[in-house]
Amino acid sequence: MKEQLNSIRMQAEQELSNVGTITELENLRVKYLGKKGELTTVLRGMGSLSPEERPVIGQLANEIREALEAKIDKAKEELSKKERLNKLEKEVIDVTMPGKRKMLGKKHPLSIVLDEIKEVFLGMGYEIAEGPEVELDYYNFEALNIPKNHPARDVQDTFYINENILLRTQTSPVQIRVMENKKPPIKIICPGRVYRSDAVDATHSPIFHQVEGLVVDKGVTMGDLVGTLKLFAKSLFGEKTEIRLRPHHFPFTEPSAEVDVSCWNCGGSGCRVCKNEGWIEILGAGMVHPKVLEVCGIDPEVYSGFAFGLGVERTAMGRFNIDDMRLLYENDIRFLRQF
Amino acid sequence: MKAPISWLKDYVDINVSSKELADAMTMSGSKVEGIEVQGEEITSVVIGKILSLEKHPDADKLRVSKVDIGREVIQVVTGAPNVNVGDYIPVALVGATLPGGKKISKGKLRGIESEGMMCSIEELGLTREDFPDAPEDGVYIFNKEEELGKDVKEVFGINEEIIEFEITSNRPDCLSIIGLAREAAATLKTEFKKPAVKLKEEGDDASKYVSVEIKDADLCPRYTARVVKNVKIGPSPKWMRDRLKAAGVRPINNIVDITNYVMLEYGQPMHAFDIRDIKGSKIIVRRANDGEILKTLDDQDRKLDSSMLVIADEERAIAVAGVMGGANSEVRDNTDTIVFESANFNGTSVRLTAKKLGMRTEASARFEKGLDVENVEAAMNRAAELVEQLGIGTVCKGIIDCYHQNKEERTINLRVDKINDFLGTKISKEEMISILRMLEFEVDEKNMTVKVPSFRPDVEREADIAEEIARFYGYNNIEPTLLSGKAATLGKKTFKQSIEDLIKNTMIACGLSETYTYSFTSPKMFDKLNLPADSELRKAVVISNPLGEDYSVMRTTTIPDMLGVISTNYNRRIEGVRLFEMSYVYIPKSLPLNELPYEKSVLTLGMYGGVDFYDLKGVVEELMARLGIEDYDISPEKNNVVFHPGRTAVLSIKGEYVGVFGEVHPDVAEEFECPERTYIGVIEVEKLVNNASMNSEYTPLPKFPAVARDMALLVKDEIPVKQIEDIIKQRAGKILEEIKLFDVYKGKQVPEGMKSVAYSITFRASDRTLTDEDVNKAMKKILDGMKTNLGAELR
Repeated sequence: MKEQLNSIRMQAEQELSNVGTITELENLRVKYLGKKGELTTVLRGMGSLSPEERPVIGQLANEIREALEAKIDKAKEELSKKERLNKLEKEVIDVTMPGKRKMLGKKHPLSIVLDEIKEVFLGMGYEIAEGPEVELDYYNFEALNIPKNHPARDVQDTFYINENILLRTQTSPVQIRVMENKKPPIKIICPGRVYRSDAVDATHSPIFHQVEGLVVDKGVTMGDLVGTLKLFAKSLFGEKTEIRLRPHHFPFTEPSAEVDVSCWNCGGSGCRVCKNEGWIEILGAGMVHPKVLEVCGIDPEVYSGFAFGLGVERTAMGRFNIDDMRLLYENDIRFLRQF
Repeated sequence: MKAPISWLKDYVDINVSSKELADAMTMSGSKVEGIEVQGEEITSVVIGKILSLEKHPDADKLRVSKVDIGREVIQVVTGAPNVNVGDYIPVALVGATLPGGKKISKGKLRGIESEGMMCSIEELGLTREDFPDAPEDGVYIFNKEEELGKDVKEVFGINEEIIEFEITSNRPDCLSIIGLAREAAATLKTEFKKPAVKLKEEGDDASKYVSVEIKDADLCPRYTARVVKNVKIGPSPKWMRDRLKAAGVRPINNIVDITNYVMLEYGQPMHAFDIRDIKGSKIIVRRANDGEILKTLDDQDRKLDSSMLVIADEERAIAVAGVMGGANSEVRDNTDTIVFESANFNGTSVRLTAKKLGMRTEASARFEKGLDVENVEAAMNRAAELVEQLGIGTVCKGIIDCYHQNKEERTINLRVDKINDFLGTKISKEEMISILRMLEFEVDEKNMTVKVPSFRPDVEREADIAEEIARFYGYNNIEPTLLSGKAATLGKKTFKQSIEDLIKNTMIACGLSETYTYSFTSPKMFDKLNLPADSELRKAVVISNPLGEDYSVMRTTTIPDMLGVISTNYNRRIEGVRLFEMSYVYIPKSLPLNELPYEKSVLTLGMYGGVDFYDLKGVVEELMARLGIEDYDISPEKNNVVFHPGRTAVLSIKGEYVGVFGEVHPDVAEEFECPERTYIGVIEVEKLVNNASMNSEYTPLPKFPAVARDMALLVKDEIPVKQIEDIIKQRAGKILEEIKLFDVYKGKQVPEGMKSVAYSITFRASDRTLTDEDVNKAMKKILDGMKTNLGAELR
């Protein structure tokens, strides 16, 4: 019996070394170790052994079973590793083929800039005010210290609906509407669409967008205006950006200033973008004219304030290096997708 | 305003370069547009003396000369017939540049080397008008010995630098050399040399020759006149012509040039009449008669009306006040006695007159800004002085001065602390006073008041004084501060603003890109949309002075704009687009407009190319979900002329119309050159905002398993699936979790006029595991409902 067992072992071990697949291995396991397997069959004949032989043979049989099981398990592990490797090799794909992209929508460049400006000022505690585009002459001009026949009205070529109603030429009328309805402290920006009768070309559009800012409270200084604009410029154009104020004239502010920022392209050393000036004009600003405060029922002896305004198109064109304003209103998808 | 530096230097010490002056002036408020350097294009053209001239061996018309240019003698081949040995001539050396970009290089002319070129006056960009001694054809020959090798620009006096200023409308005083010189002095902190006019007045009394009457003093507060006899009309001297030209004014004759010179120098427009043309020797300043006609100096007949002011004699108008003189009283070559006019006219009146007549002149551009009444006399005296200086006439004694206005004096308090508090500065009282005095404000230190000079009508109150101080203290020397505690506000978007942003972001997440289109449009668009004649959308706000018909009405619908954008892309062969825009339409409450229109915010959707109705509907549903709007309804719309009658739906919320979307009607698509399958939608944003809810409360995840059942029904083709779904919802009870349509099939094995609709229905209870019995009961109810209501059977 002992020989029988040893020969089973040898035979099994020999067959095992020839097994190539998990299925063959499984068949082999059944053949030798299964319920009707050869080893089991041999063991069934144990009854005919003497009591002395029984434990010896039993031990041998168990040893063989364990050894075979261990070998089969090991072989199985190796085989499945091999099969996994084979599978992986067959599953190679071309990763340089294009991905399945979701076509995301894009925000218009004007909205991108408008939203950035809003974010900066919301962060400084400003509220966002809105007002009508079809506006009364009173709010667009008269209340802003631009009476009828004022030469400044010629500069801003205005679209009129009738004598008293026009398309606003600036977002400043929102200032008046806010000040009429709210006591200081006031701290707002008003983004919006404005209209001037300029023919369409690469740098002009009869419709464009402005953001107006207004702060009114006790003790607001021109220094506060300078500081605010400086912070704004740095937020929008980068930490290294400097600003420069040049005295100017607007009927609704006094003192008034035009505000330049150091060129975002060259940083001030002079380049094509800033026409070698090192500075780019982007803002108009000033201290709210006492007459304007008075018109809104705010006492200029008690309160003071500042206001500023900037053109969104110009800022967007500068930011994205867009050389033709018409692109912004043409909406060619190949343009829109770039932002 | 173009200011030649040499002219400014008559009135101010300038100790810096033109560039430095320009930069400093820009920063003190006189913005510089540019600096023009005369003769900038001319380099390396020097004085040379011809030492010898020999015939060119191989060319009849050329001569070979040796020219002494001081440091060396060069050989120049010339074709000029007029030069001789010993002549002093301008010679452009190798490497020289000339006006027009011409460059001189070393070369050979017919085999003989030439190291330069002798120049004519024209080649140097000059004219024979200014150099009458120049030959009509040939090289210029200096009429005396000149220093050899000297730059010809110095000899010719081509060395002016001109700064062009952009003057703001509040500073007409700076439309003058003197005004700019005053600003320059304050900017550079150097001396302003006030003009001092000296007059001889050698003639007899001016009042013997002419009298003045102002009939309409509201439009002419002051009119002065002077008489000059024995006038010798001719060209004015070169220095005056040079300055006029440098400032952009064409020289005409000495008298007219003087009026223009004074206008540029003093900022006060002037005029000169031939006294022979002043009928009755009386100048009358009056409103024109309606229909009165005057031929102006530019030879145009001008039809006047009673809103315009004219200068007239006893018979007729002889000038449009402040705008242009009349041809009937023009100074001519044989003029002997002239009357100079220096007057002040109402700015608005001049502006409107110039506008009506379509002739904005140098004079009217100044008057319309409101000029200084006091300057009238100073300018007049300066003109008289120039006549005497030039020796071109005898100035009569006295000035005829009609002055109908009380001298207005403005005094403003100077509160040093208040101004510092306003500017955020710590400027000393002394510095403030010194700045103001440089600008010729009189400061009363005892009372701390400031008297505003008459030429500064823009300064009315303390804020204006603060600006003057800030300008010269330096805007950029003001310490930047950040409101520190002042004007404290919350800084939060309103609910409406947040929802509008959410709508935009949802559209972008859905793959739609944002567009911006114009808010005015052409009324023709209404026809292109096939709108009926009585459509409310045709009632648009009309612009009275549009850029053209295409931009003449405020839009009442955004559909044409979206179709326009789609058409643009389609015509550029772009396969497909998905777009949206958030913008306004303008709905008049009444026409003609007597109150502001309702500006309605709308969300416009547009797409074509690989999309169908359900792509668009998906966007709408996604939006509703994102805004937390549940009780909305989407139902077929067959009667909108813009849309396909079978592929269009109306969106309503709680029974209220909110928008429409669907396939564009093929007629409209064709009209707008859009693809046949174009999808658009228009949704009213305000109604979305009103129904949106931002309370997204957490729903716990299910604890018990779901059971899904599939069912395929045979129903009549015309039954919308919504009816089936409504029945499922009604019948399934509380355990219904989700209904999913997964197949609609018509064709083989389905009888004609029927369709097969397949649903997967999910059931779940929140408190227990559902049994088969629960679900079977629900399914039975559903199927019974299908049978009774729709006659639908399981397939």
